[in-house]
Amino acid sequence: MTGMLDMDISSMTHVIVPALATTALPALPMAGINWHSVLFLLFAGLACGFAVGVVAADNVVRMALYLVFSLGATAGLFFLAGAEFLGAMQLMIYVGGTLVLLVFGVMLTAQAPFVSIKPSSSDRTLAAVAGASLLALLLTAAFSVDAWMAPGAGVVPAPTATPLGMALVGVRVDTPPSGSPSGGHVGYMLPFEIVSVHLLVVLVGAAYLARAKRRRTPRAIDAVASAMPVEPTVVATAAVTAPGRTTGGAKSALVGGGR
Amino acid sequence: MADFLIGLGLPGWLAWSIAALVAAVLLHNVIAGGALVFIWAERKIAARIQDRLGPTRTGGRFGWLQSLADGIKLLAKEDLMPEGADGLLFRLAPYVSFCASFCAFIALPFAFDVVGQRLNVGVFFVVAVLGLEVFGVILAGYASASKWSLFGAMREAAQVVSYEVPLGMCVVVPVMLAGTMDLVTIAEKQSGWMSNWYLFHDPFTFVIFWVYVTCAVASVNRAPFDLAEAESELVAGFHTEYSGLRWSFFFMAEYGSMFLVSALAAVLFLGGWNGPVPVAQLVGLSEGTGDSAAYFVRLLGLANLIGKATFGVLLMMWVRWTLPRLRIDQVMTTCLKYCTPIAAVMFAGAMFWQLFLPGGLLPGWSRPAGEIREGWLEGPGGLPATSAPAVRSAGVAAAEPSDSSGLATRSPR
Repeated sequence: MTGMLDMDISSMTHVIVPALATTALPALPMAGINWHSVLFLLFAGLACGFAVGVVAADNVVRMALYLVFSLGATAGLFFLAGAEFLGAMQLMIYVGGTLVLLVFGVMLTAQAPFVSIKPSSSDRTLAAVAGASLLALLLTAAFSVDAWMAPGAGVVPAPTATPLGMALVGVRVDTPPSGSPSGGHVGYMLPFEIVSVHLLVVLVGAAYLARAKRRRTPRAIDAVASAMPVEPTVVATAAVTAPGRTTGGAKSALVGGGR
Repeated sequence: MADFLIGLGLPGWLAWSIAALVAAVLLHNVIAGGALVFIWAERKIAARIQDRLGPTRTGGRFGWLQSLADGIKLLAKEDLMPEGADGLLFRLAPYVSFCASFCAFIALPFAFDVVGQRLNVGVFFVVAVLGLEVFGVILAGYASASKWSLFGAMREAAQVVSYEVPLGMCVVVPVMLAGTMDLVTIAEKQSGWMSNWYLFHDPFTFVIFWVYVTCAVASVNRAPFDLAEAESELVAGFHTEYSGLRWSFFFMAEYGSMFLVSALAAVLFLGGWNGPVPVAQLVGLSEGTGDSAAYFVRLLGLANLIGKATFGVLLMMWVRWTLPRLRIDQVMTTCLKYCTPIAAVMFAGAMFWQLFLPGGLLPGWSRPAGEIREGWLEGPGGLPATSAPAVRSAGVAAAEPSDSSGLATRSPR
């Protein structure tokens, strides 16, 4: 066991030393600038600026892009705070999820190039009132917490994922066990299972809804081929280049564009 | 490095900045220099497979300066933009692609402790950031105002979103075996002889490695999965309208991603920087200490990892110039009907193997099972030292049965 402890401590230094690079920059010379705060303001400004960009832009794809940058800057804030797991999660779920939004934006506006969307002035007023009231509520709530007014706590423990994973399988290692027989706090085994079963149900349901309907009628490509006798190579080309789009329109476009 | 600079008398902020800059420049050179070498290698390999010679003259023998000549040609090209394009997005797209590819390198360890930023969630970070590269492709396809570009971008979006599912499942298996998402720790756990690599951990990991290879090739858009730039159908796909240096940014991103997924495969399945034969350990050198011998060992590990990653890239080239391109429905079938179920079954199999046969089939076959932990238990702000052993036995036994199997106390060799 002592050997294991030694190994832990020696590897611990490797964990902490890079973490210092981003999190423990206060108390340095150069006129006492708190670089942690500087970086925080940089990322926060980026997030807010691109959020304004989302509202101000009138093109769906540009909006989605600004949203990606805003959410990415938020992930940077999480990394700055030492919450690496949360930051990577933000990148994976929110930034990656916006990808689908972007794809839908492209698909919906691909009819005419670069459609712009301008909300009416009443919509703008309504949204501004709702947004401003929410902002005021959050700001007053945030500034009423005394602990948040003080400067940051400095170095946070760098590893975050392992205690989280342990807690999800029912072992809380982040809180010292008290005298109770259950050993202090219980983990999140039950919520984890409920959520995972819920997600499974959602997945099965989505697959059921999106499944390919069984065809009663002959396929469109066959109908086209029988109605309009063309040389078989063209039909083969259409089948190879436009699978899934085997309607007559796609085929005729291909034939017309190919010549 | 920063500590060394502070020791020289530099102020802290300058030392940290210089250390970060050196790391960034080194990583950048891995991508840029790697692209130069790999493009030349791709030309030569493609030529040999097609019974040609490839570049032979530029730079003397073997045409080894061909990529540099290409680069100069690209620099001199005119930067064109289609008339109907969305200018901002069109100009931005290559940088988005390149930045995503570059950022993923931050968490990639090249040797023990030779890593831009050692992240506790390294695997997760790399996979998450690598998935962002597709943003650049979609923006390029949309902003080009060209139907070929748009077709390519939408194909790419469908492909990447689909292949992230089996890729994630494959990546989870080494994470489960190692009990951590830290790439450095995962590679450390495979130290020793070649049989310690997770590729040879059990039959399930051996199969899932090949699923990972398939998904990795698909996720970096290489043939036979290069639907996004299928030149026989879509002119050049999403980069039809690009020229000059912007176009080359896409290619640097592609070659960077190829190197990255290969290096990730090396770290996850092929022992990382641990060679097939633990030469350094056999002669008694250790990489953990701070003396000059340790640096030599790390240099050896660096060569090991880069060699493995390069081998992966060459494998991708071999596959590309050997197999014909799949259709889009075949691509989707490969992902959803084959890769995902195989990965799921292999994941379950590896789980049960780890549960019931943590020491392997042969008795007395030792693995470096439990000695290397992440070291978070004794961290600052963590647990008090008195409660650590109790929590360790409870938590580690729940997470990793091999720790309690008695193999943990054995030495790797």
